Amino acid sequence: MKEKIITTLNRVTKSGLNSFWRNKWVSTATISVMVITLGLITSLFLLSVVVGSILTDLEQKVDISVYFKLSTTENEILKVKSELEKISDVKSVEYISRQQALAKFETEHENNPLIIKSLEELGDNPLEASLNIKAKLIDNYESIASFLESTRFSSMVDTVNYRQNQKVIEKLSSILGTVRNSGLIATLALGFIAVLVTFNTIRLKIYSMREEIGVMRLVGASNWYIRGPFIIEGILHGLAASLVTTIIFYPILVFVSPKISAFLSGIDIAGYFRNNFFQIFFLQTLVGVFLGVISSLIAMRRYLKI
Amino acid sequence: MIHFKNVSKIYPPHMVALENVNLIIKSKEFVSLVGSSGAGKSTLLRMLIGEEAPSMGEIIVGDVSINSLNHKEMPYMRRKIGTVFQDYKLLPTKTAYENIAFAMEVAGKDDEEIREDVPQVLSLVGLEDKANQFPYQLSGGERQRVAIGRALVHRPDILVADEPTGNLDPINTWEVVNLLLKLNELGATVILATHDNSIVNNLERRVILMEKGKVVKDDLKGKYLI
Ligand SMILES: Nc1ncnc2c1ncn2[C@@H]1O[C@H](COP(=O)(O)OP(=O)(O)OP(=O)(O)O)[C@@H](O)[C@H]1O
Ligand SMILES: [Mg+2]
Repeated sequence: MKEKIITTLNRVTKSGLNSFWRNKWVSTATISVMVITLGLITSLFLLSVVVGSILTDLEQKVDISVYFKLSTTENEILKVKSELEKISDVKSVEYISRQQALAKFETEHENNPLIIKSLEELGDNPLEASLNIKAKLIDNYESIASFLESTRFSSMVDTVNYRQNQKVIEKLSSILGTVRNSGLIATLALGFIAVLVTFNTIRLKIYSMREEIGVMRLVGASNWYIRGPFIIEGILHGLAASLVTTIIFYPILVFVSPKISAFLSGIDIAGYFRNNFFQIFFLQTLVGVFLGVISSLIAMRRYLKI
Repeated sequence: MIHFKNVSKIYPPHMVALENVNLIIKSKEFVSLVGSSGAGKSTLLRMLIGEEAPSMGEIIVGDVSINSLNHKEMPYMRRKIGTVFQDYKLLPTKTAYENIAFAMEVAGKDDEEIREDVPQVLSLVGLEDKANQFPYQLSGGERQRVAIGRALVHRPDILVADEPTGNLDPINTWEVVNLLLKLNELGATVILATHDNSIVNNLERRVILMEKGKVVKDDLKGKYLI
């Protein structure tokens, strides 16, 4: 029994390899369409990585600060800090003491002797201590701001700078949401179209072989024996397409990546591709093989009914 | 034993190809199926291997009813029947050798047996030097002989030959007929559909005459006169 299965697997594999070579043109056409599909999907994926990192970058630039009245003690501020840190929406809280604020102010204005001089004349540190808060999501700032504006803290808190920035933050939040959603929809739609084109190419191939499939049935082949070589061919097509896509893709990335980096510092697509090479290649191959095999199986279903 | 029970076939929408056919063919019998073009010979044979389902009636081979077989069971039935199709039905992407080997492969014969039997069958049908040609590289008669080789290579219990000599010259024709007789002697049931009255008249075996989808004559030692 085990020998039988091995013999059958052998035959099916051989037949699949044979038809892969003998139908060079059909194989080439199928692989080409798959390369376009995989290339498109990979590009969309990398694009979404780029856009994602731009968006995250923007998001990280957003924060809010609370300024405490000069009469507030450091202990009280640190208590507020630890309370803030317990809120799950809060990513990080940074305490800036009055001295730190002053030092920062001085370095920022060291070239402006007028300001430095007037500070010296004042004799006392006029700057307030503050907490600098980053939220996990841009939509969380509203609730954090309201928390800080509650009456509990009204004796300590001077200002929360959220209100000044509220319009900008809300606008940014809505733009980010739109870009993310429409990007996802566009990716899915384009990916779907590419998959359909591949499926259709394979369907045409199977259609041209419908009589052969019928003949195999009539001389006593079981359905799996007929499907076997098509599965092998589908795997080969997927593998080849994935390889070709990588071979075409990588040089293009290496060429384009510095140009993108010039615009958007901190984004290195070629590096990202290199670092995630195996994951990307594996996923590409998986998609290719899956497309090749499943399309064949679906397309040939009706011709196996004899 | 093959039993056609009240079999009718209507091709949609209303082409009556067979009308109430009743036939019993005993095992190891040699039967010629004759009749003019369009009489329904091929249709009858197609139903025997489940290529077409009867519109009415039942076909029993051995102890199984062909039309009750499902997709998984059908191939096992077909492996017991060797068929020479009127239009050959060779696999265009396989060579003569591979076409013949295919019938053995699907039946799960082992490689050694295939390597032994296929060349034998190729020389039996006179194609040992065309083993590696594809069907499009063969003449009509050569294709027909590949089809015959494929039908008999796995030594089927039943051999169904639909016009197997249509494209052959007289010498080849008689070689093929003698081959069929030989197989019959070795124990196979043979059903031969043909137009060729010279074959039928020389065989002196059972002849079933069909006309317009009906069996009109069934002689044990028949002649086919037109
Ligand atoms: N798939 C089909 N659809 C519709 N009509 C068909 C189909 N196949 C055959 N027929 C019709 O059924 C009738 C019987 O056809 P069949 O092929 O059985 O004849 P035959 O006796 O084998 O003829 P020949 O000697 O020419 O091969 C013919 O009139 C044919 O036109
Ligand atoms: Mg016919």
